Amino acid sequence: MTTAVLFDNVSRHFGAIRAVDRVNLAIAEGEFFAMLGPSGSGKTTCLRLLAGFEQPTGGHIEIFGETAEGVPPYRRSVNTVFQDYALFPHLSILENVAYGLMVKGIGREERRKAAEDALAMVKLPGYGGRRPGQLSGGQRQRVALARALVNKPKVLLLDEPLGALDLKLREQMQEELKSLQKSLGITFVFVTHDQGEALSMADRLAVFNDGRIQQLGTPEEVYNRPRTRFVADFVGSSNVLSAKLCQALGLNAAFASLRPEAVAIAPPMNGALSLSGTVASHSFLGATNRIVVDVGVDGARIAVASPAARGAPAIGSPVTLSFAAHDLHPMEDA
Amino acid sequence: MRSEKSNRAPFGLKIAAAAGLAFMHLPILLIFLYAFTTEEKSYQFPPPGLTTQWFAVAWSRPDVWAALTLSVKVASIATAFALVLGTLCAAAVSQTRFFGRETISLLVILPIALPGIITGIALRSAFSIAEIPFSFWTIVLGHATFCIVVVYNNAVARFRRISGSLIEASMDLGADGFQTFRYVILPNIGTALLAGGMLAFALSFDEVIVTTFTAGQQSTLPIWMLEELIRPRQRPVTNVVAMVVVIVTFLPILGAYYLTRDGDQIAGASK
Repeated sequence: MTTAVLFDNVSRHFGAIRAVDRVNLAIAEGEFFAMLGPSGSGKTTCLRLLAGFEQPTGGHIEIFGETAEGVPPYRRSVNTVFQDYALFPHLSILENVAYGLMVKGIGREERRKAAEDALAMVKLPGYGGRRPGQLSGGQRQRVALARALVNKPKVLLLDEPLGALDLKLREQMQEELKSLQKSLGITFVFVTHDQGEALSMADRLAVFNDGRIQQLGTPEEVYNRPRTRFVADFVGSSNVLSAKLCQALGLNAAFASLRPEAVAIAPPMNGALSLSGTVASHSFLGATNRIVVDVGVDGARIAVASPAARGAPAIGSPVTLSFAAHDLHPMEDA
Repeated sequence: MRSEKSNRAPFGLKIAAAAGLAFMHLPILLIFLYAFTTEEKSYQFPPPGLTTQWFAVAWSRPDVWAALTLSVKVASIATAFALVLGTLCAAAVSQTRFFGRETISLLVILPIALPGIITGIALRSAFSIAEIPFSFWTIVLGHATFCIVVVYNNAVARFRRISGSLIEASMDLGADGFQTFRYVILPNIGTALLAGGMLAFALSFDEVIVTTFTAGQQSTLPIWMLEELIRPRQRPVTNVVAMVVVIVTFLPILGAYYLTRDGDQIAGASK
């Protein structure tokens, strides 16, 4: 499989600030890749390094085998969907979408047709005559997508493209983006701080913190087997078990993660691990109850996602927690 | 939306507003009136008789044409300098961060805050120290110092409204620096440059103080007028010239008004 994007020990330092620090990354052609992390974690800087708006202070970047350092943004076969969409306010929607073709010197009639096709692809046919100011946020987002895709980029970069949309629209756009990516076969690199978005859309994802990749893997791997304490906290809401608690369970590790849905309030059966404690609080979340149990070691509390149909035990009542040994994942301290 | 009632001003306020406007504009009408007077030595009111002969006299006087041509040339070239340098400076100050940015911003604006007489004296002594002979270009240089400020002020305000990602988006879509300037930056700052350029032209066109210090033997139009008022001969010619200047400058100002009004509508729609 061809490598679309390669980061080889890439750093981008701003004075003493290490925005991106020794990042290694290989994204395959046709992959939907997410960069996930809190703000200031370096994910957007990585995207800007790819787009060419930033130059690395160390390391090497390749886009489809070609060195990217020193190549200006307008000579790269990548296009960006900006967080604020960055539509040109003085141009019509059609002129916005055709902009990339216009500056490449493609004829008026040909670029008009290509732009109209691109608008139809993002389900905005016939909107070409309007101005950006006359469209809703969701529509502008689609225009920004059409404007990038009309150039047939080898890699499409998306910088928090759904951040400004409301929940309903966001879910709809997630599905559309995903199916668009599959049908076009273009490599998508998607930056987000929303772990749900990254998990549901990406083929693979990288979790960033403090300019470094904390973990790289499929959504299942990252969710089920967080490599560091940061990933366990940031992706989903895993229980983080201290060394002392791990020892009590017969595991020698600095930290371990345990997913709330892997824990059952039930007596242990055939080789399962168990902890006993008292219910500290519970809250109803719809499909599940979130039950927090005080297990009495180091003041540790374990959150349990229990099917709502089972009901919630009263606060203060003693319970036994059980979980399979393979659901307890040792982690590095980072 | 205000209610209809609160939109209506009290009668006294209307009178005051009308009187204020009349106070500003009636003297200009007086200038127009004296362009037609038959009395050439003094401005007596009412004029003893009306005539259009001064138009012919003004037309045939070479000193009028010399002063007018010089003023138009100086104002055009000073405005052209100001448009290029003011825009570049505004772009640098508003789009990038560098050491001394605020200081540069202040230094650019300073000439318009300084009294013209100080700018004039400063330039005159600088020219004589550097042994630059007074010429057309020394006048242009003097005018450019304050023309740049107006263009800069207009452009910098507009540049701040252009989001940085617009320029990045243009580059991302394959436009190099010149294409980005041509297709994205210029359309967005165009009306600001037009307004700044008009104002710069107007400032240069009627400038007296800096010009008296930086001009040699040449007279720009305002200096010619000043000299003419002292001379008790063919005085209405000055009024004819003043009238023509008012009419000629009024048209582009009207044009600029309509152009910038359209620009604001577009900008307002995207908010």
